[in-house]
Amino acid sequence: MSESAPLLSVEKLNVFYDQFQAVHELDLTVGASEIVSIIGANGAGKSSLLKAIVGQAGRAEGAIRFSGRDLIRTPTPQIVAAGVALVPEGRRLFPGLTVAENLRIGWDLGSKGAIDLKLINKWFPVLAERADTPAQSLSGGQQQMVALGRALLTNPKLLLCDEISLGLAPLIVHQLYEIIPTIRDRGISIVLVEQDIGRSLAVADRFYCMLEGEVSLSGRPEDVSRDSIMQHYFGV
Amino acid sequence: MALTLLNLVIQGVLIGGLYALFALGLSLSLGVMRFINIAHGDMIVLGSFLLMSLSQFLGWSPFLTALFMMPLAFAGGYMLQRFLLQRIVGKSVLPAVLVTFGLAIIIQNGLLEGYGPNTRKLSGGAVEIASINLGGLIDIGVYPLLVFLCAVLTIFALDRFLYKSAMGARIRAVAADPAAADLIGLSAAKIYAIAGGIVGMTMMLAACCMSVWTNFDAAIGPSRLLAAFEAVALGGLGSLWGTLAGGIILGVAQNIGSQFDAAWQTLAQHVVFLVLLVLRPQGLFSKG
Repeated sequence: MSESAPLLSVEKLNVFYDQFQAVHELDLTVGASEIVSIIGANGAGKSSLLKAIVGQAGRAEGAIRFSGRDLIRTPTPQIVAAGVALVPEGRRLFPGLTVAENLRIGWDLGSKGAIDLKLINKWFPVLAERADTPAQSLSGGQQQMVALGRALLTNPKLLLCDEISLGLAPLIVHQLYEIIPTIRDRGISIVLVEQDIGRSLAVADRFYCMLEGEVSLSGRPEDVSRDSIMQHYFGV
Repeated sequence: MALTLLNLVIQGVLIGGLYALFALGLSLSLGVMRFINIAHGDMIVLGSFLLMSLSQFLGWSPFLTALFMMPLAFAGGYMLQRFLLQRIVGKSVLPAVLVTFGLAIIIQNGLLEGYGPNTRKLSGGAVEIASINLGGLIDIGVYPLLVFLCAVLTIFALDRFLYKSAMGARIRAVAADPAAADLIGLSAAKIYAIAGGIVGMTMMLAACCMSVWTNFDAAIGPSRLLAAFEAVALGGLGSLWGTLAGGIILGVAQNIGSQFDAAWQTLAQHVVFLVLLVLRPQGLFSKG
């Protein structure tokens, strides 16, 4: 972890949905070109954290600094324009739009950078073949590729992925995770939220384990034993 | 007999073009944006009255005046969506119904206050009485034919815009999932406002064609709205060509119904609507 200002720094973040508090006093940093994995059981507050960063959580208090700018209470489109992209849980494609239309919207609006349609089609050749197919008739894995491609085409500095492997065949998950280091090599920082620990820890530089809205353990995957992670994952 | 029937069908099809124009804005807001606008009919009637005033003031024909008013119609639709209706987008259907129902009451009473209860009609000039003889008993009016062609052209253009252009894709994206659209930097509020502006322009077009074709008064909006809803539902939500088909079915049903008894005109329209709704609840050309 470098001591110079990180790309993203979350300080004392609290997230509320009405009376329910999903995230408690959470601190987290993501450095430039870093892959950070956030693991935790269902309901640990992982998704709420990601949603708070892009301005779509119920009510967020604390500080979320991104490239020196406070994102709290900033409208989502402006956060995206500043360089944060979220691949949302459940993919959230525009079902009636074709694959090409889904991808192109992000590209049209985003800052034109290193990632373009050609690159996405190179990473996921199946998307080029199915360019004119409505997104709703794709398989789950293909939809996840579109969701990832759509987010990447906004050319973010920070990519947040919410459970991209959920419900997908192991082969597809493998294919998606192969791309992750390649994305980082283009200078993009990545936050991976997963319930599946093994896969995301294998590619991560650092990890945070969340339990009931708080960070229960953090560090480098190689410095921490699997047993210790399991204890903090389940809180036993 | 066959010739009479053919004549009724042809005239019905032409009226269908007018219904389709009237329903087009509703087809966009309800079918594509999934936003229910109870004031749709009254807004068109408001357009008719404004058109009447401005056309009298300028001394221009209603057609030229309507063309002149198109940018204003866009601006009106844009601002209404941006500053009022946007506040209820994405909430349940009830706030939309309540707010637009309130707008409908305000418009109807405002018009009654401003223009009185009298029935009006705009004069389109010589084109209104010109007709083409298709041989035998069948004459078709030049004006209904032009309105029909206008409906076809407008639907063609809007359909291309919605399903082939980048802005069309954005509108459909925002309509499908506003929060996901925000996530790729697409401001749902701005896109909805642009769509609102386009709806405003189709309303002005409908106001012009309708007020030259037939009478209007301050209270006629709701009954016109009913026909528009039927055309949109018959055609299937999201399909603009379906709305044209829906309008044509209503027009033909009315014309044939009126042949049996004058009172049957509206009844036939509703009966055909209900029967088709039972047979095909999703509409003829639903895009889901």
